[in-house]
Amino acid sequence: MSAASPEQVLRGPYKEGFHDNIKALHQVPKGASHEVIDYMCDVKAEPAWMRAFRHRSLDLFLKHDLPAWMPGLRDIDYDAITYYASPVEKSARRWEDVPEEIRRTYDKLGIAKEEQKLLGGLGAQIDSEMAYHNIQESLSKKGIVFLSCDDGLKQYPDIFQEHFAKSVPPEDNKLAALNSAFWSGGSFVYIPKGVKCDIPLSVYFRINAEQFGQFERTLIVCDEDSFCHYVEGCSAPIYTTNSLHSAVVEIFVKDHARCRYTTIQNWSTDVYNLVTKRAYLYKNAIMEWVDGNLGSKRTVKYPSCYMVGEGAHGEILSLASADKGMWQDAGAKLVFYAPNCTGRINSKSISGHGGRASYRGLVQVNEQARNCRVQVNCDALILDPVSRSDTYPVMEIDGDLATVEHEASVSNVSEEQLFYLMSRGIKKEDAVSMIVNGFIEPIVKELPMEFAVEINRLINLQMEGSVG
Amino acid sequence: MADTFEIQGLHVAIEEKEILKGVDLVVRKGEVHALMGPNGSGKSTLANAILGHPKYTVTRGRILMKGEDILEMETDERARKGLFLAFQYPCEVPGVRQSNFLRLACNARLGHEMDVTEFYSKLEKKMKVLDIDEKFMKRYLNEGFSGGEKKRNEILQMMLLEPEFAIMDETDSGLDIDALKVVSRGVNELRGPGLGILIITHYERILRYINPDFVHIMVDGKIVKSGGPDLAAHLEEHGYDWIVKDAAPAPEPVKG
Repeated sequence: MSAASPEQVLRGPYKEGFHDNIKALHQVPKGASHEVIDYMCDVKAEPAWMRAFRHRSLDLFLKHDLPAWMPGLRDIDYDAITYYASPVEKSARRWEDVPEEIRRTYDKLGIAKEEQKLLGGLGAQIDSEMAYHNIQESLSKKGIVFLSCDDGLKQYPDIFQEHFAKSVPPEDNKLAALNSAFWSGGSFVYIPKGVKCDIPLSVYFRINAEQFGQFERTLIVCDEDSFCHYVEGCSAPIYTTNSLHSAVVEIFVKDHARCRYTTIQNWSTDVYNLVTKRAYLYKNAIMEWVDGNLGSKRTVKYPSCYMVGEGAHGEILSLASADKGMWQDAGAKLVFYAPNCTGRINSKSISGHGGRASYRGLVQVNEQARNCRVQVNCDALILDPVSRSDTYPVMEIDGDLATVEHEASVSNVSEEQLFYLMSRGIKKEDAVSMIVNGFIEPIVKELPMEFAVEINRLINLQMEGSVG
Repeated sequence: MADTFEIQGLHVAIEEKEILKGVDLVVRKGEVHALMGPNGSGKSTLANAILGHPKYTVTRGRILMKGEDILEMETDERARKGLFLAFQYPCEVPGVRQSNFLRLACNARLGHEMDVTEFYSKLEKKMKVLDIDEKFMKRYLNEGFSGGEKKRNEILQMMLLEPEFAIMDETDSGLDIDALKVVSRGVNELRGPGLGILIITHYERILRYINPDFVHIMVDGKIVKSGGPDLAAHLEEHGYDWIVKDAAPAPEPVKG
């Protein structure tokens, strides 16, 4: 082996692992305190109700413990983390107006101009604030709103306040309380009645600072009979210390509307990625979470669909790849409150080089939800004997006439498959990659082309030398 | 030398247990050899060992392809050199599209990327010979294939990869008579001066459609008898018992 950095040995080259020297305009003392909240509220010039909400949330955070089933998070030192840092004053509408050093970072990440043309809107968050947020004119003319969440609060206070923290209140869990106290950045999306946003809206999250906490908050409201596809990606530098990414995403899909939310999570292995994602589905609404987790030290994330309107359909496609030093605790939740709803969970996980992938799922059919149908598939692929996979499915069925199917499988890259492919002249590493990519194919084929290519690239990097 | 595939004194073990106990066999290009023998005699072990399956350890002997010892080569390298195995139980690889797999295999064998149009026109021709439906290409590799479809898929790969030496491991098992005819048609089309074939079979049936030049009988890890095509016919009539008896070591004298 040549002299590679530990990270290269562990993950293959993590090309996003660089950091840039970007001066913070605002930076606060370390630790989660009420003083930091006051500072943020002053800087952001927020209304009094939000200030009160943040303080209340911090109290909840300090009071509550993490749930006992959420292991592996005990070593987070909340006092060592910086909760707010911003290199920008406000988010720019034109790329040229983004400070040059930040533009350079994004250029290196390949969030280039060309890509923007394929997108309906692009947002770029660095540390606490959105450096850039813009939407194509053709979309804004239709009344589509795509802003940083902070700007959403200022410019659309009614829609904002009607939905904000309604699906994920700070009381929900300790991490939701943490985000509620220190939220900053993220997106605010509103799609008006009957409007179809046919080009994806995309946001890229970057942590640049060290020992930092990024707490973006995203609120998406798809009004009746509308459609939108929101896509997010992320990365961070490789440091020797840990950072925390704890986001909250709330989505409201109104009657007959459809929303698809795609995530390609590729944090460095310094980052604790603890995210609460929840969608409320009204009558005949459709929500699709496509959740790809390829990076981070530890991910705790279970995108959820709460079926509150009759005939709604919730779907979660979850893909997790746990390489050395990673623990992907991913999964999904389907909660039924209305009759005649359907839901589907399709989860695929891969673990290699000692990584650990867990599927944690909840299917809850409440009493008033008659005649609901649920299908759960979760498959795990374990690449070597030092890696691990777990499945924790929970089903609580109270509604009548519910149909629930659950299928699970655990497999290895089998010697027979490898021998078969190699007997046709295919090299071992290509054969492994074919088998692994074949395993995730049912999910990857749901992704937009450029993301499918990116996923295959990342998975292939992680596969390198993984089967001995 | 350049036209031979030569097995010399081959001993093979699985987890310390010796299965092949000294096999010698020479297959020249243009020849079809049949290797017959009762169940458990080591026929499939020979097939897997030739391709280098990791479970099979060669403890002694050599395998020379065109004069070159292949035992030090990885399985994929042996294949790229022109060695092919039609599997008895081809395995399923979910999510890997048949067309994609075949193209990658062809490119690997060729050593460079084959022109896509050229590939598909070749593929189409071979599929016709084997009565394979075009929908088949959109399916995942062997996934959900019937036994007959899997065997036809093996022959299709053999036709596409154009090996110099091919081993067919019980290709006839589990095939009905129509499928057997189709598979044999494919193999007969491939037959020629550039290809040496070793057909491993338990039954004489397939040899009615693919006439061998030589027949060998393996018992307990050794080739105990070799002959012409008539040997197969004799086996069909008399079974393996007479050979097994002949091959059995003489009982040790009882010490008095």
